[in-house]
Amino acid sequence: MMPIGLTHILLLSTGLFFIGTYGFFTRRNLITILMSVELMLNSVNINFVAFNKYLYPQNVDGIFFSIFIITIAAAEAAVAIAIIINLYRSHNSIDVEEANEMKY
Amino acid sequence: MSNITTILLIPGLPLLAFLLLGIFGNSNSLLKQGAGIIATAFMAISCLLSVQAAINYFVMANLAENGFAAIILFKYTWLSFGSGISIDMGALLDPISAMMLVVVTFISLMVHIFSLGYMKGEERFATYYAFLGLFTFSMLGLILSSNIFQIYIFWELVGVSSFLLIGYYFAKPSAVAAAKKAFIVTRFADLGFLIGILTLGFYGESFDFQTLIQRFTDHQSPQFLAISAASFMGITGLSWGLMLVFMGGAGKSAMFPLHIWLPDAMEGPTPVSALIHAATMVVAGVYLVARLFPIFAISDQAALDVVAFIGILSALFAAIIACTQTDIKRVLAFSTMSQIGFMMFALGVSNYGGENGAGFSASLFHLFTHAFFKSLLFLGAGAIIHMVHSNNMEDMGGLRKHMPITHISFLIACLAISGIPPFAGFFSKEAILHAAHTSSPIIYYLALFTSMLTAFYMFRLYFNIFWRSEAKPNHNTHGEGTWSMKLPLIILGVLSIVVGFIPFSHYVSSDGKSLETHLDLMFSILPVSLAAAGILLAAYLYKNKNEKPEQIAQNLGGIFSLIKQKFYIDEIYLFITHKIIFNLIGRPAAWIDKHIVDGFYTLTAITTEEFSSTIKGWQSGNLQSYALYFLASILGLAILIIYALI
Repeated sequence: MMPIGLTHILLLSTGLFFIGTYGFFTRRNLITILMSVELMLNSVNINFVAFNKYLYPQNVDGIFFSIFIITIAAAEAAVAIAIIINLYRSHNSIDVEEANEMKY
Repeated sequence: MSNITTILLIPGLPLLAFLLLGIFGNSNSLLKQGAGIIATAFMAISCLLSVQAAINYFVMANLAENGFAAIILFKYTWLSFGSGISIDMGALLDPISAMMLVVVTFISLMVHIFSLGYMKGEERFATYYAFLGLFTFSMLGLILSSNIFQIYIFWELVGVSSFLLIGYYFAKPSAVAAAKKAFIVTRFADLGFLIGILTLGFYGESFDFQTLIQRFTDHQSPQFLAISAASFMGITGLSWGLMLVFMGGAGKSAMFPLHIWLPDAMEGPTPVSALIHAATMVVAGVYLVARLFPIFAISDQAALDVVAFIGILSALFAAIIACTQTDIKRVLAFSTMSQIGFMMFALGVSNYGGENGAGFSASLFHLFTHAFFKSLLFLGAGAIIHMVHSNNMEDMGGLRKHMPITHISFLIACLAISGIPPFAGFFSKEAILHAAHTSSPIIYYLALFTSMLTAFYMFRLYFNIFWRSEAKPNHNTHGEGTWSMKLPLIILGVLSIVVGFIPFSHYVSSDGKSLETHLDLMFSILPVSLAAAGILLAAYLYKNKNEKPEQIAQNLGGIFSLIKQKFYIDEIYLFITHKIIFNLIGRPAAWIDKHIVDGFYTLTAITTEEFSSTIKGWQSGNLQSYALYFLASILGLAILIIYALI
């Protein structure tokens, strides 16, 4: 069994990122869209940690960044859910296609 | 009080009256009722001050060896353009400006007093007096100007106040049209004036009157050589400059062919006609030529010949038309034009200095006496119109019993304008004819004929108004008018008799030196007897109601109607403006503007609109499509950067 290298991890994170992107574009439900965004964020986290481990093992910058991103993602999720609740109150739906009033 | 304060107060007081009445006159009821009294009081002080200033200048000041010197009382550089050219605000006192100060403030005072009665009960009483104040201020500023640009500024202010006063009855369409006509015609002339100022200023390297005169009369000065060397269409720069300046003067003074506004300007209140369109503003053109007279006379005889030609042409032309008009104010308007023509050609036939400059003195003498008897005629006409409620002489007749004071003063003015001794007009007209006689026989005989016509049409007016039989009996509803209306008539009547005895050329002459003239009795016989013949002819035709005038008119046929329609000059102007200028210049220019200039911008607008309506669908309001654009752009940029870098 070959050892797990940087390439594998990058492939994983790329896959994760595009799964998130796909979800972002195809889902109608805002909660699912939020989850897709979280997936993309996490793929970035994996990248940070992987680069940190394989390229600069003596530093901890990448890990710090990951921790920051996790923190901010938590806050962002709270804000996003608040927005979604407000949207539900005004539209009785969290379908993103329903909320299209702001156009030309 | 120092001299400067006095001089500043003379135009300052009317300005103050204008501001006071113009701003508060319609809101403050006390000011509204007292507007006439306040303005008249201000004007009276201003008049006293200018009489005092003139006496100081002429009597108290020692007559220097070189005659009356021009005094610059103060000078303040208003706009400086570097290289020595600047527009100054100053006050210049010399014999002609001192004389004009007295004339303007005095006539203005008379008109203020007369208007107390004439304009009583008008809705915009305070506004009327405010405008009179504005006019008097501007006219006095014009007179005192030491700089040709300063005179231009006040020149336009005078034009504006004239516009406002002609259009005073703004509910009347004819008054509005007349005001516009006066403004546009004089503005057109002022375009020439401005170009003339710039020409003289460009070559003379100064706008100051004295500097310009000194440079252009010295035939060795570099400025004179430069302007004489410059030429356009075969005429030197100096002639162009002077003739264009004269064009401005001709517009304001209603000289042929820019006279068309003056008869229509009679739509204004009659006292205004007396002040602006008879005695003061319309002589501004004469004043302007007199201001620059040394340049005309010493350096450019050709331009002076133009002045003489236009002057005699206007005098004759207007006198012929005046014989056929029936609106009394229009008769007076044409007679004003004719008399200003006299002043103009007197300047035109004059030379500079000594005996040769007699025409200059005569011209300004006539300006001086004319102001008195012409304003008297207009105020008299005002009193008549006030009583009869009509401008048409057909509606009058036999008024001598009803308005004795008006009758006597009108008669005095008619005798004065006809040149019958010993009234004022006799002296000045004799001086003019004498000057013409010595320099140009053609002009002399034309002038002689014109002065006979003058006597004829003035007495035609007089007999039609005061003699004949009564056209409408019992139109005497409110008598001759209040004392405020009679008093100016009496004062002006007395002055129309006595001002001729002033030895005018002693004080005002082309070079400032005193010029002693004496009446040549033998010379006077011909003009006076011709004037008397004119009067007798008028008496024969018009004293009693008869058929003779109509018969003559019928015998003349086409010529009579040609004259009565003022030689169709108005129609010619209409033809030129409507048919030629509008069709050949206006409409093509409008077409280019509409289709080419506008078209370009319309095309830009349409393109932008089409483009934006094509792409506006992209802003769909759909979150996920935005994200798609975002992603696509990022990918596109990434590809671009990768391929650009590798």
